Amino acid sequence: MSLLWDEEVAARVDRLELPFNKRGLDPYGISKKDLTRWFSILSWLYKNYFTVTVEGIGNVPPRGRCMLVGNHSGGVALDGAMVLASMLLEMEPPRLAQAMVEKFLNLIPFSAQWTSRTGQLTGLPEHAERILRDERLLLVFPEGARGTAKLYWERHSLVEFGSGFVRLALSTDTPIVPFAFIGGGEAIPTVMNLYKLAKLFGAPYIPITPWLVPLPRRVPLRILYGEPVRLHGSPSDEDAAIEALVESVKQRIAALIAAGTQRHRDSQQRALP
Amino acid sequence: MKVLIPGITGRLARTVATKLHEAGHQVLGIDRRPWLNAPKDIEVFQIDIRKRAAEEVFRKHRPEAVIHMATVTHLTVRNEDRFRINLFGTRAVFDHCAHYGAKRCIFVGRHTYYGAAADSSLYHGEEDPPFAMTTFPELADLVAADLYAGSALWRYPELDTCVLRMCYTLGPSVSGTLATFLKAQRVPMVLGFDPLYQFMHEEDAADAICVSLEKGLRGVYNVAGPQPMPFSNLIRAAGRTPVPVPEIVLKLAFGRFGLPALPPGAVAHLKYPVVIDDSSFRTATGYNNKYDEDQTIAAFRSVAG
Repeated sequence: MSLLWDEEVAARVDRLELPFNKRGLDPYGISKKDLTRWFSILSWLYKNYFTVTVEGIGNVPPRGRCMLVGNHSGGVALDGAMVLASMLLEMEPPRLAQAMVEKFLNLIPFSAQWTSRTGQLTGLPEHAERILRDERLLLVFPEGARGTAKLYWERHSLVEFGSGFVRLALSTDTPIVPFAFIGGGEAIPTVMNLYKLAKLFGAPYIPITPWLVPLPRRVPLRILYGEPVRLHGSPSDEDAAIEALVESVKQRIAALIAAGTQRHRDSQQRALP
Repeated sequence: MKVLIPGITGRLARTVATKLHEAGHQVLGIDRRPWLNAPKDIEVFQIDIRKRAAEEVFRKHRPEAVIHMATVTHLTVRNEDRFRINLFGTRAVFDHCAHYGAKRCIFVGRHTYYGAAADSSLYHGEEDPPFAMTTFPELADLVAADLYAGSALWRYPELDTCVLRMCYTLGPSVSGTLATFLKAQRVPMVLGFDPLYQFMHEEDAADAICVSLEKGLRGVYNVAGPQPMPFSNLIRAAGRTPVPVPEIVLKLAFGRFGLPALPPGAVAHLKYPVVIDDSSFRTATGYNNKYDEDQTIAAFRSVAG
């Protein structure tokens, strides 16, 4: 096994139930080879660097359309990367979660290439809808960039949720699996964000940690997947009705964060000599 | 059926004309260029579609169906004439269709209508707006011609208008936008970008146009072939070598070192994909591409080497 090619990961990528052609490409341009390279790195981080604990993985349906909706935690998308890794490494059969990434990533050389070969598409409603109608797994962070911009002392809080994911769940009749990601704030403790400098790169912000760059510390992480929720209503309902559904999902995630944070603290205390 | 094809001497149009002729249709054509060695039963009028003589062809021969392929798509041709042919020529075709009793008119357009941009969706449905004008203003006349053709659906409701937005074609003719780019042994790419490319065999493209005619299709449809593939894979499969070049260098290199003289906007098509969803067309017509990506590339290589 090498850091860039883990045979175990390659075997799991082979078992993904996606319509790959003989070239190992699916209709979105997702490449088995690129997935294996990328997940080989993520797998090492997941198992050896952070040691991620996952609870409730059985709540994620093994097949069919589904939306994973959770909190942002950590100054960069470490949370998304570990959720994706948990879906590939822990699910039976393995699943590829597809996230909606920030538009600026598509402007940057190599980053644009990487996002398109791994199925992490630009955050557009058309992309989200297509992924669900193709019976795939969509990863959504309704806090958006506001969520990853949370500072260290705000790490267990939830900022404002967008409402698009609720209308999308209603229009596509998709179950939502809420999840909480714990520990991202400890891994990348943002003390301030540089907004003006980020504008030069087209990014929403640049997080600054006590060691300046957002390189993650080696800390344990925890992901809690809650029971699936089926929302009832019409995608054409007025904002007030949709906001009530958004709030109900937000409350479920907040409850998962509270439970997860407590268990995380307990397990860390038990680990102390 | 009596079918008139403006732009008949184009590579794809000739294939369409030959297929329709072989299927027993009476085929006529209009083009400024001659078609040497045309099948003897296909009558070609060597005139400009915008001139009175072209109207006389409609008046005298009263075609039941028209397949409009007289648009100039070469990006290296950038002059007033191109804009006038694409816009006024399209207007003339639809006006003549309506005035001289044609029942059907098919406008053969391009999928590049949708444009390539960092924030455009991967798959385009027919309802998507034309983004090409923002990233690639040189395509404005083709976008306008497409929209103008679509407006015939309400301007001439008695005429069955069909707008086809077709992806790149590739095949033994070794002509067209994609083939031109793939001819050289070393094919430049923008460093750090590898967009999906969607292409179809020339024969499949011609079949798709013919089936639209047979089915009397009405409306706007995307037409594609096999699953799209990354540009680097396409270049390698075509037996060429991809040469990644920084964007700024590539823009300066257009028109030099054997590269086509493309406008700077063309770089967007080397960075971002233009991929179309053709499920509506397949459902409406029952069309299925006969050639997969390997067979299509092999057909290109069989002639291009």
